[in-house]
Amino acid sequence: MTRAGGFILAAGALTLPLWLPSAYHLHVAIMAGIFAVLAMSLNLLLGYTGQLSLGHAAFFGIGAYTSALLTLKLEWSFWPALVVAVALAGAAGFLIGRLALKLRGAYFVLVTISFAGVISLVSINWIELTNGPLGLPGVPAPELGPWSLRAKSAYYYLVLASVGLSYLVCRRLVRSRIGRALVALRENEPLAESVGVDVTHYLVLAAVVSAAMAGLGGVLYAHYTRFVSPEVFLFTYTVTMVIMVVAGGKGTLAGPLVGAVLFTVLPEALRAATSWQWQMLAYGVLLILLVFFLPRGIVPRLNALAASRRAAPAPRA
Amino acid sequence: MLAVRDLAVRFGGVTALESVSFEVRPRSITSVIGPNGAGKTTAFNAITGYLRPSGGRVTYDGAALTGLRPSAIARRGVVRTFQKTSVFPALSVEDNVLTGLHLKSTAGFLAVLAGRRRLAAEERALAAEAAAIIDFVGLGHRRHEAASALPYGEQRLVELAVALAARPRVLLLDEPGAGMTGSEKAVVSGLIRRIREQGVTILLVEHDMRMVMGISDTVIVLNGGRVIAEGAPAAIQAHPEVIRAYLGASAASA
Repeated sequence: MTRAGGFILAAGALTLPLWLPSAYHLHVAIMAGIFAVLAMSLNLLLGYTGQLSLGHAAFFGIGAYTSALLTLKLEWSFWPALVVAVALAGAAGFLIGRLALKLRGAYFVLVTISFAGVISLVSINWIELTNGPLGLPGVPAPELGPWSLRAKSAYYYLVLASVGLSYLVCRRLVRSRIGRALVALRENEPLAESVGVDVTHYLVLAAVVSAAMAGLGGVLYAHYTRFVSPEVFLFTYTVTMVIMVVAGGKGTLAGPLVGAVLFTVLPEALRAATSWQWQMLAYGVLLILLVFFLPRGIVPRLNALAASRRAAPAPRA
Repeated sequence: MLAVRDLAVRFGGVTALESVSFEVRPRSITSVIGPNGAGKTTAFNAITGYLRPSGGRVTYDGAALTGLRPSAIARRGVVRTFQKTSVFPALSVEDNVLTGLHLKSTAGFLAVLAGRRRLAAEERALAAEAAAIIDFVGLGHRRHEAASALPYGEQRLVELAVALAARPRVLLLDEPGAGMTGSEKAVVSGLIRRIREQGVTILLVEHDMRMVMGISDTVIVLNGGRVIAEGAPAAIQAHPEVIRAYLGASAASA
């Protein structure tokens, strides 16, 4: 993307609450932002190390529950709760990373799914702590000094800052020797080892950062909807993240952002346009078309188009 | 000096290596030859940590390599290439080599997140070094192409460049000439000589006898998981046991 394009995009994102017509539209923008954080988190593992975590909702849920419980039961304020929730999700990522050290491909997928299953069962059955299936209502809205971030327009900026921070973390990691080590694990693990890349170290590192970022998404979600229940562990959340990453372009920085916006806005647009059955049908057809025509995702396709346009000589008059 | 002592590898009931011992003199080009199934690649895998030997030990300058992970062995300066072409396929030639420079770079997690200014300086230095290595193997014109898009012979050169980027003190090459044309093999032989001139010890597995006899200082012959001969190329070519292993008993007695 060119510098000018990035500037326009940033200006648009910063002024969004000023020109969006309604609170509903702002709600969609906030959800897109939360999912952007989640998709970027999944992309670190799936896109760069090539390992698919199908239990990513677990880290999301750990973040949501931790922050909700700390603010509700211990009456912590939002910010320390946020830090602890993100750290705890990261610790869970460390655990999974260590467990899955020698596991790749399908086995890694199974470990992550099982982990999400276990955490979900804990949230349902540890009723004294989590209130079980009834969930935890009344999660307080965050405050920033004297201001409450309860209004959607204020919360939007909290989410936007989180998206910006997550993007920065991903970008710096990916464009460093650490990012090259992650990609080396995806591309050719034995070769990576042969030139001194301690592959398992970097897999654990990626799992920790990815899980912490998903935890941040969970915190944002909990304090926005003000309610946390075992539904945060639903497989649907993970699947949505995977769709966003794959459709947007895994292993690219912009892909998860594009995917998150597209697949948050699109279902809402379809909902306005038609009945529920048709929505799901249209959604499914669109997914199939995307996979069929843009198997590597939207962003890599756009990059390839831009590259071929640069390479092609200017058309003669 | 790289020293292999009583190295043994057994897969279940099959003995791939039984008590192999040899030493690789510093700055030499030493070749390991032998018929198919003699245990050459198995020896490479056991030396570089891709395979845990059932017995024996490998040391480099007196320090044990046995039991270390491949990445830890690479960190001690012992780096290998693979028999089957092995590159990072989706990455450009430049990014392949930059990945190979992993050990050369130092930036840690926090430094990367903080985006320190010296990080950019390190990246520039790495890019310059990668460019020099790519030019050394003669792929300067391919720098920005994906490794998977290159013809076979050039992919093998990418592989060599990636290994060189790890700054080996001992470089183990597993059939670097396999599947190459005669002129490509000549290029590889020339590169191997120049790498040795830079002070790198070379241990080579190769089937092409012209190449082996042309560049080696010492040749080690493996057969049936044992060392059957060791010496200068001319002595090896005349060695009766070697002739027997390659051509069969009748040829040796004839």
